[in-house]
Amino acid sequence: MGIEASVSPWLGKLSLSALPTDSVVAMGAALIAVLGALGTAGYITWKGKWHYLWREWFTSVDHKRIGIMYVVLALVMLARAVIEALVMRLQQADAVNQSGFISAEHFGQLFSTHGSIMIFFMAMPFLTGIINYVMPLQIGARDVSFPALNSISLALTAAGAALVMISLILAPFSTGGWSGYAPFTELSFSPGVGVDYWIWAVTLGSIGSTLTGINLAVTLYKQRAPGMDLMRLPLFCWTALCTSILMIFAMPALTVATALLALDRYLGMHFFTNDGGGNMMLYANLFWLFGHPEVYIVVLPSFGVFSELFSTFSAKQLYGYTSLVVATLTIAVLSFTVWLHHFFTMGQSAHINAVFGIATMLIGIPTGVKIYDWIFTMFRGQVRFPTPLLWGLAFLVTFVIGGLTGILLAIPPVDFLVHNTTFLVAHFHNMLIPGTLFGMIAAYQFWFPKAFGFRLEERWGKLAFGCWVLGFYLAFMPLYVLGLEGMPRRSAQVFDPSFRPWLLVAAGGAVLITLGLAALVLQLAVSIRHRDRNRVPVGDPWDGRSLEWACSAPPPKYNFARIPQVDARDAFWAMKQSGTAYVPPPRYDAIALPQSSAIGPVLGGLGLAAAFGLVWHIWWMAGLGVLGSIGAVIAWTFVPRPERTLSAEQVARTEARWHAAIAEATPASRDAEHATSNRGLAQVGA
Amino acid sequence: MSGRIHPGINLRAGDQQPTTEGVMFGFWVFMMSDAVLFALLFAVYASLSGNTAGGPEAGQVFKLVPAALETGTLLLSSSTFGLASLAMKYRQSMAWLQGMLAVTLVLGMIFLGLEIHDFMDMARQGAVPQVSGFLSAFFALVPTHFLHVAFGCVWIVVMMLQLRVFGLTHTTRTRLLRLGLFWHFLDIVWVMLFSFVFLRGLL
Repeated sequence: MGIEASVSPWLGKLSLSALPTDSVVAMGAALIAVLGALGTAGYITWKGKWHYLWREWFTSVDHKRIGIMYVVLALVMLARAVIEALVMRLQQADAVNQSGFISAEHFGQLFSTHGSIMIFFMAMPFLTGIINYVMPLQIGARDVSFPALNSISLALTAAGAALVMISLILAPFSTGGWSGYAPFTELSFSPGVGVDYWIWAVTLGSIGSTLTGINLAVTLYKQRAPGMDLMRLPLFCWTALCTSILMIFAMPALTVATALLALDRYLGMHFFTNDGGGNMMLYANLFWLFGHPEVYIVVLPSFGVFSELFSTFSAKQLYGYTSLVVATLTIAVLSFTVWLHHFFTMGQSAHINAVFGIATMLIGIPTGVKIYDWIFTMFRGQVRFPTPLLWGLAFLVTFVIGGLTGILLAIPPVDFLVHNTTFLVAHFHNMLIPGTLFGMIAAYQFWFPKAFGFRLEERWGKLAFGCWVLGFYLAFMPLYVLGLEGMPRRSAQVFDPSFRPWLLVAAGGAVLITLGLAALVLQLAVSIRHRDRNRVPVGDPWDGRSLEWACSAPPPKYNFARIPQVDARDAFWAMKQSGTAYVPPPRYDAIALPQSSAIGPVLGGLGLAAAFGLVWHIWWMAGLGVLGSIGAVIAWTFVPRPERTLSAEQVARTEARWHAAIAEATPASRDAEHATSNRGLAQVGA
Repeated sequence: MSGRIHPGINLRAGDQQPTTEGVMFGFWVFMMSDAVLFALLFAVYASLSGNTAGGPEAGQVFKLVPAALETGTLLLSSSTFGLASLAMKYRQSMAWLQGMLAVTLVLGMIFLGLEIHDFMDMARQGAVPQVSGFLSAFFALVPTHFLHVAFGCVWIVVMMLQLRVFGLTHTTRTRLLRLGLFWHFLDIVWVMLFSFVFLRGLL
């Protein structure tokens, strides 16, 4: 190979030619990434906050801090991936019978990073962060089962995201899409480092998610407060449990797929190659054995969020709780039986396609049950319409449309007609944007006051909502039409002028979505500026129903001074009804909390070094990363880790402050829910 | 939860703490995901084992005697680890516990040595992973188990050191329990490998 000649022992294949100097757009993106990173680092240095960040955040094993860091990571990556989507929409609208403003190669990288980021480094960290923050509070626990492991998972996921960001500067990234189909991603068709970036970024994220799944599932099984039977769990916890179980079983398939692809590329093996007895269908099967459950990993937590929203904002018990639990479990099981519908056209017999087509349609049944349950929850409820619920309503309508097109695609003959067209692109965005992103944004709006102690500004939230929803319809409904007319997906250039009007509408939609993202950023900025008038120290601004609302906002490090005793579903609501909420216990006990640990950031750094070394064939760095990780874990097991104990007096002082805030607050009525007088003692639904 | 001990936890009631059950359950769940990983590698092997691409076939490169020896060694190491676990539970001497761990370690290393010998032997006959899909799958599946055993050996060394440094504490006890689970799990995987890869290839 010609590349071998330029491999240096210290820098591997890395040289200045990796800088994306050939394209203005790519160079601009690289510059923004560099300036953004330098600017953030400079700002932190200027404020002198590095020590604080390291001590209180990066090494923290508190599930709440880790949850927030996950969400921050997700929002940063969301910004990049949305901008990439905008660039792609503009390119397609521009490149009708001309080459447009970016090259086909660059376009290929854009849809690959867009998809990989949105799934692995936006959706996954977002939902993991929200579950991390909310679930232990909802089950009345002090932390997850393995707090240090939690920090390690976050660091590995962040390392994967960092690798994708690095690929912006030391280019190129893969052009193989988020699914990285072999044999295109094999060395013979993709000789550069792009696919290697994809492999190792995804592998880091995948290992992090496997560990997260184990951690969350064990927490849900073993850390529930006394009386919190499984059938008393808030529905969000049920979806968190199913998502965790899916992670445990599905992520290994991704790890195997990427590892074997790496063996093909690095050691010349023949798993998925065209020659030497390889079988590319094996890759498709392995990838979608992970990939389809992954769809439910990212969708189920949103179902949980919406369940909480519909019930809270209708001031009503969730309708059909048991059927929602059964539907969630059914979806989790069925998600492993449908992976083949991702490649109906790739050569299996009609009988096999029929079986998987029917299995796919079956998933519509439990999902339909859920939709009806949510509607009936609102039925005859005293429904309020704050921003979080608006996302829920948009989800309800939009997700049903996406589901219907999914049923169409589940019919193999229909799939033969529209596969690989923008119809498919429209369909899965129609599922994942309402089904994952809207849910996560709603969760962010809903639980933000709990996490930071002040509410987000409703006005900017509603503007963001309007832009996102309208933008979504404008951006994706035209793609259904274009797909039916036969426009292939992933086209850098379009040769049919009749597509142009639709592409222009879609581009307009993408602009609106970008504005929606900007509105979210502004909402955050404005809310931080006006935080004092929006404070909710008591901690229950929405008249909530589950235990996370039963502590101050933000919650103390130990969550609950006394682990609550649970006697009913909607535990906090029951306490409020019976007058046992906010009653201080007769005395406080000392509380032991796990110590902060540097093991997470250390493993994240070493993991990143290993991955970067592997990408650029810098073997010393890869070896250092791998052996260093093993050494670090072994060394860590020799370090005694005493728990940090908060004395009963410290706990009593913290609790006294909260009880003083409760005594000062006046109950906020339905009309005052968004008024500054709502200090977090809402009695809206009474 | 406090008085009763979970039947899956091989400790005496007094040696258990409230966290024990969660820690052990967590490791079971981890092994479940590891089992999925092996299951997928078995599936890959099953689908590629016929793709010899003109290279050697299973019957030409596998040898029954070394594979049987490896099986015996690993099974024996599982029973010696079992003796170590009993020594821990019933508080026999530390020397006996350390001794049994050492015997397990030696058996594990003999197993690794035998396997390296097998791999070299195959390489001498030109059966390297780059030759065919079949050999790629073989060298993904069997060496993954090999790496697990090697990792288990490192873990045994670490635990022998920790027993010297910390003695038998709640932490070292549950770590030994988890190591035991891991070691026996690898034994079960090997039995599958022996039956499904070696016996199927040779008989």
